[in-house]
Amino acid sequence: MTDILNAIVLLLNFLVIPGIAYGCQLALGALGVTLIYGILRFSNFAHGETMAFGTMFTIIATWFLQSNGISLGPIPTALLALPIGILAAVLLILGTDKLVYKFYRKQKSTPVIYLIASLGVMFFYNGLIRFIIGPDDRIFTDGSRFIITAREFKEMTGLDQGMAFKMTQGITIVVTIICVAALFWFLNKTRTGKSMRAYSDNEDLALLSGINPDRVVMIAWILTATLATIAGTLYGLDKSFKPFTYLQILLPIFAAAIVGGIGNPIGAILGGFVIALSEVSVTFAYKRVIAYLVPESWAPEGLVQLLSTDYKFAVSFTILVIVLLVKPTGLMKGQSI
Amino acid sequence: MTFNLRNISMFAIMAVMFILVGVFNSWSTSLFILNFCLISAVMSLGVNIQWGYAGLLNVGIMGFVALGGVAATLVSIPPVQGAIAAGGSGILFSAFLTAIAIAAIYFAYKKLSGGTRKLTITAISIVSFFVIRYYFDPAVDAIESFDSAGTGNLGGLNMPILFGWLLGGLLAAGAAWLVGKISLGLRSDYLAIATLGISEIIIAVLKNEDWLTRGVKNVNGLPRPFSVPYEVDIQQSAYWIDMAERWGVSVVELSSLVVKFSYAALFAIVLLIILYLSEKALASPWGRMMRAIRDNETAAEAMGKNVTGRHLQVFILGSAVVGIAGAMLTTLDGLFTPTAYQPLRYTFLIWVMVIVGGSGNNWGAVLGGFVVGFFWIQAEPIGLWAMDVITSGMAEDSDLRSHLLKSAAHMRLMMMGVILLLVLRFTPKGLIPEK
Amino acid sequence: MAFLIGENMTGGYGKGADILHDCTIGVEKGEIAVVVGPNGAGKSTAMKAVFGMLNIHTGRVMMDGEEITSLSPQARVQKGMGFVPQTSNVFTGMSVEENLEMGAFIRDDDIKGTMEQVFELFPILKEKRKQPAGELSGGQRQQVAVGRALMTQPKVLMLDEPTAGVSPIVMDELFDRIIEIAKTGIAILMVEQNAKQALNIADKGYVLVQGRNRYTDTGEALMADPEVRKAFLGG
Repeated sequence: MTDILNAIVLLLNFLVIPGIAYGCQLALGALGVTLIYGILRFSNFAHGETMAFGTMFTIIATWFLQSNGISLGPIPTALLALPIGILAAVLLILGTDKLVYKFYRKQKSTPVIYLIASLGVMFFYNGLIRFIIGPDDRIFTDGSRFIITAREFKEMTGLDQGMAFKMTQGITIVVTIICVAALFWFLNKTRTGKSMRAYSDNEDLALLSGINPDRVVMIAWILTATLATIAGTLYGLDKSFKPFTYLQILLPIFAAAIVGGIGNPIGAILGGFVIALSEVSVTFAYKRVIAYLVPESWAPEGLVQLLSTDYKFAVSFTILVIVLLVKPTGLMKGQSI
Repeated sequence: MTFNLRNISMFAIMAVMFILVGVFNSWSTSLFILNFCLISAVMSLGVNIQWGYAGLLNVGIMGFVALGGVAATLVSIPPVQGAIAAGGSGILFSAFLTAIAIAAIYFAYKKLSGGTRKLTITAISIVSFFVIRYYFDPAVDAIESFDSAGTGNLGGLNMPILFGWLLGGLLAAGAAWLVGKISLGLRSDYLAIATLGISEIIIAVLKNEDWLTRGVKNVNGLPRPFSVPYEVDIQQSAYWIDMAERWGVSVVELSSLVVKFSYAALFAIVLLIILYLSEKALASPWGRMMRAIRDNETAAEAMGKNVTGRHLQVFILGSAVVGIAGAMLTTLDGLFTPTAYQPLRYTFLIWVMVIVGGSGNNWGAVLGGFVVGFFWIQAEPIGLWAMDVITSGMAEDSDLRSHLLKSAAHMRLMMMGVILLLVLRFTPKGLIPEK
Repeated sequence: MAFLIGENMTGGYGKGADILHDCTIGVEKGEIAVVVGPNGAGKSTAMKAVFGMLNIHTGRVMMDGEEITSLSPQARVQKGMGFVPQTSNVFTGMSVEENLEMGAFIRDDDIKGTMEQVFELFPILKEKRKQPAGELSGGQRQQVAVGRALMTQPKVLMLDEPTAGVSPIVMDELFDRIIEIAKTGIAILMVEQNAKQALNIADKGYVLVQGRNRYTDTGEALMADPEVRKAFLGG
């Protein structure tokens, strides 16, 4: 019996909790992609860099707070610095919209042109971020490392396996719940939020109803920048901040948005968890879990890992491919082809 | 291209730039940039076939470049007999099993339907995954442990590297077929995202499958094409020693110039062949139809054109050209380094070339490859120099100054982004517009 | 002069050829005016011209004695025009209630009363107020579409083939409702394929052919005109 419990704790500790935290980060990222898709109807390739940019300013503000001795005690100071990062990302992205995308809106350009423009924007952000903060790893996590340490858990339960619950994981989950609840309240209950849904649903009719497109687009960008900064900061807190990783995370984020049904916010969240949990569970080494569950002599020699972690992108890509082949509109009904 | 004064003078200016670099800097640098530009121009042509002819967005150019590179490597290096003896049969058998599994899945897909089909395909996939791994893993271990410091891989075919160029094109075409089959016919963004995905995966495979590519340990000393001599031979040849004396340069310098020039000649031939074929294709009924489809997909579909099929064709062709260019690049480097493949350098830079040059126009794509390639290489010294001038007023040990100088390299990315955006907005037709 | 009138309109889409030639359509408050004619006669185009969705280079559009020729469709909505497009005329992903709410987006006052009026007019919508409009039947969707347009409390309601694709029973039902709406004093301008039924309820009828006015009379008179009957109403 304790063996089974130990195996479960092991799974929770190394697979479920990290998977959920990662899923939250992907979900927040995918929400930003899906919002822009719903309103402006293109896949924003600069989204990863937007995340990195907001995170960068959060880090700079965190350093400033830290050097002035301001902190939140056990909670990372970065949360206090988050509004600065969000503000910076919002200003950047609104500036970008004014200088780049607005022109193509007036021209009524095809989505593919927006997409290429977003590649240019990505290029620019990429250089800008490396110019300001450099290409290296930045660790900005402070406060206490754990909510529950492995030792405390072992003492509490008397099991061999400890379940550590990292502060950054707890923060990720709580912040994501707050953000998602706030976003859905906004989209479903407020007049402005409903007008955004209406615009996404049927642009021409929204215009006939007197909905101001410029305002809708502006709010979509603000929401996207906010979500991107939060997602990027949570990801950076949990792992570490390295500009390059934000380019790589673009693929799982796109996969999450499409798998869920692009343009559909609930789908983006669902897709985030589908991608994150499959990625973690396919690259997880099950050796010790199996060792607990089978008689000693059966214990496997290898790691019992389906795929090496180097191939985690292959997981999101494979799921993406399967969804595109089987159900191109995504799990939840997204905007159709 | 219309051979008007404007277009010809743009190429002429480009030529003058190379001469200026040769005269004021060094001819070695000039030829180095020229080789880089020639390869870039081929890549740019390939992307132009996809984007310019058909409006297809390939955001995974890097992956196709890398496939070309690995093809050149695997064709040219000698086989490692010991490793083949140790694990060759295991790899072959796994490949055989994979083929069976794919055939079974295909069969199930064709013959069954509904829930049974999904279930069967899932079952076949899972079972075959474990069975293949059962034979594959030990073989890989055996290969990788054989002389892991020296080789640790199966080696290659020991054939002339030029065959690798062809194989590179074929490999890239195969990958393009796979991606295109899945994502063409869906929304245009999906192709972009799928290509982004496949290129990340290709790079991951090349980095991690040591038994095939030695992974991050790199493969050095690739043989050169038959037409490119080795420096050592030149330095010992009486003819070239005599030449060097007559021109008043050291024979070492001359040998490097001759090698670079030989490469340039070879690349130029490939570029001209592909350019010629592209121009022919574009002017043919096939090319006209492609453009008709691009300009109005709905109308073309209504006229009974198989739009998705045509798109697949053009996507494969373009990717093959990019694959050939990738093989050329690895040949020029003489070594294969999977870590060198960066998306910004191999995907987005090529995009800037196509857009700047003039999408839809082959000559434009070539010119774009030259112009952007030239400035990409020159931007580093220029940026450093500019930063030096800007910061010259600051104290020698100022933190800001050292930060700015260190960051100058990243200015290139920003500049490329700005150039792309400016061209896209103000002269969307590029330097040489489509006819 | 009529309450709403597009006079001597000539124009077409973008820079294309003219579709309308010296075409005039108008409607009085509390009346129903119907535009009929063969396919390609420019019926919908004429209505869209009145609503400002295409440029007319000669002629003018007047409402309540004020010239509105140069206003955008959005501005015309502000002035009191309601428009129900032929297709894609509801927000499919939003509930019936939200559809009506979005219809009233330009209003800052309390919209509850207007929504109650719409529900009184179309009781089925009250029942399905929480359902996504995309899940409703064709006839119910049209009701949502008309309801949405009514939410701005327009002085003129313009309908582009409201009965396209619905069954005859639903069509009769819809026409009854339109008569009721007209009785509240709203001017109704409507383009219809089902010429006979539409002229039956029309106070005024316009028969367009190739972008020109062919016959203009009361609905009754047009129905009685043997030439009109023979050429456009199938005998």
